[in-house]
Amino acid sequence: MEIKQVFRTLSESSGVSGYEHDLASTLQENCPWADEIKTDKLGNVIMLKKGQGTGPRPKVMLAGHMDEIGLIITKIEKEGFLRFGTIGGFDQRVLLAQEVVVHGKERLTGIIGAKPPHIQAPGEQGQAVKMDDLFIDIGFDSQEQAAKYVRVGDIATMKRDVLDLQGSIMAGKSFDDRAGVAAIFECFKVLEQVSHKADVYGVATVQEEVGLRGAITSTYGIVPDIGIAIDVGFGDSPGLPESDTIKLSQGPGVAIGPHVHPKVHARMVETAKEWNISYSSDPSPSPGGTDAYAIQVARAGVATILLSIPLRYMHTPIETIDYEDVKRTGRLMAMFIAGLDNEFVEGLTCF
Amino acid sequence: MRDLIRAEIEPYVQEVKTDALGNLIALKNPDAPGPRVMLAAHMDEVALMIVGIEGNGFLKFRPIGGVDPRVLVAKSVVVGSKKIPGVIGSKPIHLQKPPERERAFTMQELLIDIGAKNKEEAERLVKLGECAYFTTKYEEFGHGKVKAKALDDRVGCDLAIRLLKEDIALSLIVAFTVQEEVGLRGAGVATYQAKPDIALVLEGTTASDVPGTDEHKHATTVGSGPCITVIDRASIPHPPLVQELFAIAEEEGIKVQVRRNTAGGTDAGQIQLAEEGVKVATIAVPCRYIHSPVSVMSKDDYEGAFKLAKSYLNRLQEREASR
Repeated sequence: MEIKQVFRTLSESSGVSGYEHDLASTLQENCPWADEIKTDKLGNVIMLKKGQGTGPRPKVMLAGHMDEIGLIITKIEKEGFLRFGTIGGFDQRVLLAQEVVVHGKERLTGIIGAKPPHIQAPGEQGQAVKMDDLFIDIGFDSQEQAAKYVRVGDIATMKRDVLDLQGSIMAGKSFDDRAGVAAIFECFKVLEQVSHKADVYGVATVQEEVGLRGAITSTYGIVPDIGIAIDVGFGDSPGLPESDTIKLSQGPGVAIGPHVHPKVHARMVETAKEWNISYSSDPSPSPGGTDAYAIQVARAGVATILLSIPLRYMHTPIETIDYEDVKRTGRLMAMFIAGLDNEFVEGLTCF
Repeated sequence: MRDLIRAEIEPYVQEVKTDALGNLIALKNPDAPGPRVMLAAHMDEVALMIVGIEGNGFLKFRPIGGVDPRVLVAKSVVVGSKKIPGVIGSKPIHLQKPPERERAFTMQELLIDIGAKNKEEAERLVKLGECAYFTTKYEEFGHGKVKAKALDDRVGCDLAIRLLKEDIALSLIVAFTVQEEVGLRGAGVATYQAKPDIALVLEGTTASDVPGTDEHKHATTVGSGPCITVIDRASIPHPPLVQELFAIAEEEGIKVQVRRNTAGGTDAGQIQLAEEGVKVATIAVPCRYIHSPVSVMSKDDYEGAFKLAKSYLNRLQEREASR
């Protein structure tokens, strides 16, 4: 399958933080480049593509998180409607009138509703509908009917097929961060064509949205010399200050800040220039929200960098990216990896 | 929409015509003696009109018909004659201050993103004045429920089409009307031409039977059968006709409910006022979340509405035959 198609499948599949298992098989079936694939205890999928040559080889870890934000059922009302809480950060304003899949005994279609506007008090329409007033309508008429299929604690995800907008622009759910996972595949594909000494561990991490948890355990197991987290960054969109965003269609944002090793950053930028791969500078003074942080502080510390794929409308069901940026990110990582040797890696601890 | 319906009904009627507003009017047995009965259902749906193209290629829009901007956030649409897919985006939660999340987005803040690189590319794909529509797919779910966009009033259109296909000897006029959502505009014009004696309006109406709403404000309840309107903002349906519908429902064992809300209006409001007046009644299928990207109805209610309308026509026909 073409990687873009794998990405589409991943986006349309469900994998809320802690419930990523359904994604693992899609990854395993579509990663012909890996020499070894394993899943660790938390569910991280670790795909190893070995480097060439004998002797000690640098170890590079690429991390893209496969979990998505979602909903969890907290109550079944007597009329059969479901109340819910969130897993990960949702703006309550994006939830109204969304279609969802409730993962009960079977996959159930649901609609997020609220009381209709015409019976709201005047002025209420200027206010957001509160999360507490929203419910999921799964089309059952009573608690008894609903309880045959759904239990409190079941998970719900947004129901959204990927949309192709103009050119290579796509919109859909969970692009955060399955676009990062796709970038790892794009990197592997390029690495098939170039020689590289480094062993490359591509990791689809779990539970990033609830606290970078998969990256903590996978990094501990891999012990990489260099960690590259691939996540999504705020794409340019109306109403957002330019300084907070990176532009779509201009390659990944290459982060600079406390979570980025200066030498890795310098080499990444050189690589982009040398191979004519477009990128944006992405200053991030207060890092912490991505796997880069978990990788950085694992064991005795790891030299890390964060690459961000520009994405509009983050944490909504219509996250929007340019797929070419995913390819550019993959290619940039591949050329960076191709240029690595033991000497560079040894220099990373010398400040 | 019009072409779709025309193709569907043509084999079952003697005459199909369109008028200056775009109403589609079908005549079945136009020369039959007895009362001329009109069935009316509106074809239009609420939508978003493109009113501006921004420098960066994003589209500005305003609603046609009543649309609460809060239901538009993070939805997909299809724009214009070229059916260009687009999304209505919003600011990421990470960059918001908590009080922002308490305030609803206004229509002015929302834009459609079609992924155009710039204004020029967007202008090649979309013209000002074209409309964006919701993209929700029809699907059956839950316990005999249907979810779809524009059930108000495609459910009425579907009922009218089905009734046209039945073996009916009455002189039947079926008007698929335009511009109901912006002020019942098509119906009056259609009625003036069709000159019916009696009209049944087939609608999808609001159901507020959801948590957070007091029962007395439900207006209608999904699953409790089709609604018979006794009064709304635009009409007081002809009381004897209304009583007859209730009587038929009881005799035929069709579960029905009274629409318990005086707000809202249907084409009946204009139909009753055509020429020297027309006796009207409205049979409506309760729909939750109307005027949003996805509405919900019960298949049983829909079948009930069909049976009720069909039984009424049958009885009228029998009455005429025995004269």
